[in-house]
Amino acid sequence: MKTKALRRNLTGGVAVLISVVVFLVPFAFIFLTAAKSAQEASALDVSLPTEWFLWQNLVEVMQTRDYMLVRAFVNSTVLTVVSVTLMVVMAAMVGYVLQRRASRWNPLVNFLVLAGLIVPPAVVPTIWVLQTIGLFKTMPGMIFIEATFGLSFCILLFRAFVSTIPKELDEAAIIDGAGPVRLFFQVVLPLLRPVMVTVVVVQAVNVFNDFTGPLYFLPGSDNATVQLTLYNFQSQTLNQWNLLFMSIFLITIPPLVMYIFFNRQIVAGMTSGAVKG
Amino acid sequence: MSMRQGARKGSVVLGTAALVAAMAACSSGGGGDGDQIEITFLTQSDTDNVAAAEALIEAFEAENTDVSVTLETQPGGTEGDNLMKTKLATGEMPDVFHYNSGSLLQALNPDQNLVDLSDQEWADTLIEDMANVVSTDNGLYGVPWGSTQAGAVMYNKPIYEELGLEVPTDWAGFMANNEAILAAGTAVPIIQTYGDTWTSQLFVLGDFANVTAQDPDWAAEYTAHNRFYADDPALQGFENQQAAYEAGFFNEDFASALFDDGLRMLATGEGAHYPMLTGAGANISLNYPDNVEDVGVFALPAQDAADTRLTVWLPNAMYIPNTTEGDQLEAAQRFLAFTQSEEGCRVQTEILTPSGPFTTDACELPEDAAPTLTDVQAYFEAGTTFPALEFLSPIKGPNLEQITVEVGSGIRPAADGAALYDEDVEKQAQQLGLEGW
Amino acid sequence: MTTLVANRSSTEDTLKPRRRRPIKSSYPTWFYIPAGVFYFVLFAVPTFASFYFSLTRWTLFDTEFIGLDNFVQFFSEPMLLRGFTNTFVFGFLTSGAKVVLGLLLGVFLTSQLAARGYLRSVVFFPVLVSAIGVGITFKVLMDPFGGLINSGLALLGITGPAWLTDPSLALFSVALVDIWKGLGIATLIYIAGIAAIPQEYYEAARVDGANAWHRFWRITVPLVRPATTTVVLLSLIGGLRAFDLIWAMTRGGPGFTSDVIGSVIYKQYQAGFYGLSTAGNVVLFLVVTAIVVPISLWFSRREVER
Repeated sequence: MKTKALRRNLTGGVAVLISVVVFLVPFAFIFLTAAKSAQEASALDVSLPTEWFLWQNLVEVMQTRDYMLVRAFVNSTVLTVVSVTLMVVMAAMVGYVLQRRASRWNPLVNFLVLAGLIVPPAVVPTIWVLQTIGLFKTMPGMIFIEATFGLSFCILLFRAFVSTIPKELDEAAIIDGAGPVRLFFQVVLPLLRPVMVTVVVVQAVNVFNDFTGPLYFLPGSDNATVQLTLYNFQSQTLNQWNLLFMSIFLITIPPLVMYIFFNRQIVAGMTSGAVKG
Repeated sequence: MSMRQGARKGSVVLGTAALVAAMAACSSGGGGDGDQIEITFLTQSDTDNVAAAEALIEAFEAENTDVSVTLETQPGGTEGDNLMKTKLATGEMPDVFHYNSGSLLQALNPDQNLVDLSDQEWADTLIEDMANVVSTDNGLYGVPWGSTQAGAVMYNKPIYEELGLEVPTDWAGFMANNEAILAAGTAVPIIQTYGDTWTSQLFVLGDFANVTAQDPDWAAEYTAHNRFYADDPALQGFENQQAAYEAGFFNEDFASALFDDGLRMLATGEGAHYPMLTGAGANISLNYPDNVEDVGVFALPAQDAADTRLTVWLPNAMYIPNTTEGDQLEAAQRFLAFTQSEEGCRVQTEILTPSGPFTTDACELPEDAAPTLTDVQAYFEAGTTFPALEFLSPIKGPNLEQITVEVGSGIRPAADGAALYDEDVEKQAQQLGLEGW
Repeated sequence: MTTLVANRSSTEDTLKPRRRRPIKSSYPTWFYIPAGVFYFVLFAVPTFASFYFSLTRWTLFDTEFIGLDNFVQFFSEPMLLRGFTNTFVFGFLTSGAKVVLGLLLGVFLTSQLAARGYLRSVVFFPVLVSAIGVGITFKVLMDPFGGLINSGLALLGITGPAWLTDPSLALFSVALVDIWKGLGIATLIYIAGIAAIPQEYYEAARVDGANAWHRFWRITVPLVRPATTTVVLLSLIGGLRAFDLIWAMTRGGPGFTSDVIGSVIYKQYQAGFYGLSTAGNVVLFLVVTAIVVPISLWFSRREVER
């Protein structure tokens, strides 16, 4: 028993050590550069700043372009929360029926799902469509776009994980008199929690970090999203590395917080009935 | 019009509520309260541009109380090129926008998309070279914003003084200087920074005035598909780059160094020569204020001293898309005219840090200029300057920077690279629908 | 425990035909409609419109119908062959690594382990940073002169290579970073997959005296197949289409040595050759489909067989 615990701690310790080198050092670099003066930062090396400018840089980044970063945070948060909710629900419905119901249409649907992953979106025609339905340059339009572009990824995951839910459960619920809607939302969806958390985390990060989408489909300073703020400090000839990295640092925090929160959800999902050893 | 009312209602209710109306209203610049005319000005999102734009707007609004200008920004570079075209093609361009002149402007189809400004008062004040690069056969579309700059060799003056070197006027003299610097061993003769690929093009692009000196019709003939980079005199730029690489004059980290590294080396004397756009002077005064006096400029030398000319980049300009109409159009034209006023010039000199002479009679250079500027001015006064190719021909291939990285790293010989570039520009010419391609 | 797994599938097989009919109405087709509407309006319509433009010379302002010239032009791109080679190398290398490492990490991080929560978070960190941020950061870390990686190797007495500027190495360096960045997603999917494996199987296997290796190979690997399918498809499609990280780190360079099809098309697009780049996308679509669809079918057949 004792040796087992020891071994566990040892492997854990080694893993922690490796993870520090492989995963944390790059973040240390981002953080340190964000705390330097403009001149020191332009050397782009990993060293402690001779003088800490963390607070000054933070204030300067926040104030740039009339608190653009703050607006961008609000916009990106709204965009991420609504579009991810939308795509997760729609994709779960599709993935569920696609896996459960054998139909001669399935190959076509499967192909369309894959096509959605393979074909890059066509920018200008999409703008025309948005203009036609009057949603171009609007937050709802952008939300719909993100939700649509994320569908395929989500459907693929849900389809895969619906197959791990025993069909006996469906059967039992149907015998209890559950209709299709109740069966899905009250029986199946709760069981999909681990994969749903995965999908939410991955897609939330994708939407939050999306750069080209908002750039083309949501122009306008009031509509700025966080990735666009990076361009305030970056150009062909003049990079303000300290501010750029401060911006990278700041916009990485919300996904980080979200992940730490959801990570617990995954753990919770697991202890409630799955792997222990 | 009804779209106006819709927008006004939208500002009363929550902004997001007026979805449909907002979409229509945006294309006309949006409605406003009372008599205030609202226009939107689009520029690139880097600090310099934004600072200048904000200062300009502030000065403009102080004198034109009936207009309020909203600033909008977007990334520059090739991503920006696409955005500009997308916005014009979908009718979503803000009322005034700031963009390159020359070949990049031509790719926007000015005749089809922009408002002709040749009837404006300031139109006559532009120097001829400038008027050419914001015009087509059918009209003049832009007002210059900022100063010229040169594509030339920026050099470290203390090194030259220490080693007793003279500014070279022909290629052999330049190479001899490099040899002397290499022998002295204190500094790198030529700085190259291929970590930022665009910086690799200067040997070729900055040599163009020398090409024009040898063959005045080169640009026009090139556009007509009668001249090629694979032939002299244009081939020389590629060959010079290869020769400099082979002589071992580059910094050892040339393949990964960044533009910022290059400036540091130049300013602090780690390196002697840096072929670069002289707009980089602004970065030096920002990041290395103590070294501003240490950096000078000379033209990339031609083989024959008699052919050596300074290659000049003309400034960007401001344009009005033809989706701007009515009051907005009138206000936008006032905004453009304001850039050439005394106050407009003040912003251009104080905030945009000139790196060469202005292209209009309206503005004057400051007295206490840095050597990077006065050296460039000397060439202008001597009349030994020509514009860069991108201001004389609409053709510029997308892969030049990759090719010059290869030539400058010894991956591909100069002649090969030049031939590959000739092939590369064909697509561009076909896309533009030019004759003879 | 093998018997246990076999039992399960055989009961399923015998039950299936009997069950299918009455249950079918419980899986209504209208569940497709919300997603279908979005997909059709905002994705299918624009995509079909753009396919037309692949047959034109398109400046965004004008179009000129030129038939298949764009495809001819695309196939005569000087760097096309290298682009395809690089695309396949990059796609298979990164997706292979993500599958193997993701599965191993998934198992490792679902086992009893000190600092498990921390490790899980850390593995996922890279996913949180945008490609731009990762690209800038690693360009600095991989700098051959004074970059952190080579400085570290120098301490161990190893002379590090010129990661991103050596023409024969650049593509692999980017692939390494791509794996670093994408591993978190693969691991997360595997963790979710492993979490879905009923615990009884492992307990039964332990009673049967199966060691850890057997449990991994006979239970975990077969039963996480849905997760594997997903990881393979996602990372392969992502890898074959990739260009953003390559663009951020090397711009396809030095020169053209790390160009993939995705970056060739992106450069055409950036240069304003909209018709040509659309044609390139059509070609890339066909190539990726030709690779991915058979793999997808193979996986789904295996799933049915089971």
